[in-house]
Amino acid sequence: MQNFAQEMQAAFALVLAGDSELLGIVGLSLRVSLFAVLCAALIGMPLGAALAVGRFPGRRAMVVLVNALMGLPPVVVGLIVYLMLSRSGPLGVLQLLYTPTAMIIAQVVLVTPIIAALTRQVVEMLDAEYAEQMRSLGLSRLATVPVLLWDGRVALLTALLAGFGRAIAEVGAVIIVGGNINHVTRVMTTAIALETSKGNLALALALGAVLIGIAVAVNALVSLLGARSRAEALAHA
Amino acid sequence: MIGSVFRASALALGLMAGTLAQAGEFIVVQSTTSTQNSGLLDHILPAFEAETGIEVRVVAVGTGQAIKNAANGDGDVLLVHARAAEEKFVAEGWGVERLDVMYNDFVLVGPASDPAGVRGGSDIVAALSAIAEVEAPFASRGDDSGTHKAELRHWQSSGIDVSAASGGWYRETGSGMGATLNLAAGMGAYALTDRATWIAFANKGDLVIAVEGDARLFNQYGVILVNPEKHPGVKAEAGQRFVDWLTGADGQAAISGYTLDGQQLFFPNAK
Repeated sequence: MQNFAQEMQAAFALVLAGDSELLGIVGLSLRVSLFAVLCAALIGMPLGAALAVGRFPGRRAMVVLVNALMGLPPVVVGLIVYLMLSRSGPLGVLQLLYTPTAMIIAQVVLVTPIIAALTRQVVEMLDAEYAEQMRSLGLSRLATVPVLLWDGRVALLTALLAGFGRAIAEVGAVIIVGGNINHVTRVMTTAIALETSKGNLALALALGAVLIGIAVAVNALVSLLGARSRAEALAHA
Repeated sequence: MIGSVFRASALALGLMAGTLAQAGEFIVVQSTTSTQNSGLLDHILPAFEAETGIEVRVVAVGTGQAIKNAANGDGDVLLVHARAAEEKFVAEGWGVERLDVMYNDFVLVGPASDPAGVRGGSDIVAALSAIAEVEAPFASRGDDSGTHKAELRHWQSSGIDVSAASGGWYRETGSGMGATLNLAAGMGAYALTDRATWIAFANKGDLVIAVEGDARLFNQYGVILVNPEKHPGVKAEAGQRFVDWLTGADGQAAISGYTLDGQQLFFPNAK
């Protein structure tokens, strides 16, 4: 067996020394996944809120569908996005395959249902609580959406974090549409897969520890923001 | 309507994320895991990039998938190791011309305990027959890669129907060479691997080379420019420069100059 402690130390030494190769990989992971979560939030939050307060035929079915899509297999998403973006595919002219943009698109597809489903749940609960009050203020159902989203912002942070966790951790989709090209589309998860296939298990594990460290840092940051926002809300109340 | 909305938003996304992409001329090479995992491409590509200013972006997958991706137009150059499939690719018009680049050989690796008693031999077909005889575990790529195709040829020569043993002693991993070697090391199975990946592989466990030196274990790599007449998006000029370099004096010297642990991994043989 290889010396895990030694490899771990070596990996963290690389991070601390600001190894440009590793920092490039970490940076790309963060840029791709954060941008994907941002896009997914812009689509998923209004969609989830509309599902919560809207009253239209097929709403139940859509709720079930969005919930089910939370379990989309990344490999399938990767394959579909590959077929769309391939030179032989309908969007081939855009030449986006094997670029970070392709990876963002795949992650948006994966993350949007998660954010939409969790948003729906949050907004539905708030709507049940405040619906009468809002109606008495003369607000239409649709007009209550921004109010409810703002009211649920702290809970919605958790939805964003769930989406981010999915995006930063998945490998199946980005390895297909990104191609794991060195210095172009190599991110943490595809680098881990590559080192595993080279038999460098300890290095792969050390990179995994770095990835978990990043996830913890992002979550801690958001948790701090959430706590402050909650405190402000209480101060205004 | 929905299509055009999707197209527009994909375009907008592309523009917004434009800063993520790197500028400059580049080509995409569809290649196999053995050329990447062994470190060969990392070793030889900087010289080409410095000389021409053309960046080479390598997508390393199994030969079967590399050929399919190239046929879809998702690459400018194909660098793989399955001669029959390569010639079919060119014959069907997807590639311009197939050229020899380099070779090495396959080796049969297995546990040091050697349950099939094949260690030290040089007859791959006899060794496979012995493995099947005692039903010793065998890890196959099972992924239509160049190595998988080679392995299946040898099983065919031995007259053994491995599909009947699938899931028993014959395990198809359906994944890359490294993943298959990891599995073989973990369960003490035999496996066929290219020598380059084997030498560079860091998790050998108690696996050792069992059979080598059979002429039938020859492993030839070929390079093909994807046909720009089939896919107008192919960067024919830059791709051709890479093909010329790889099969020319500089590329060939770079290939023979790559060693690991004092061993040369690939032997140039372009004509």
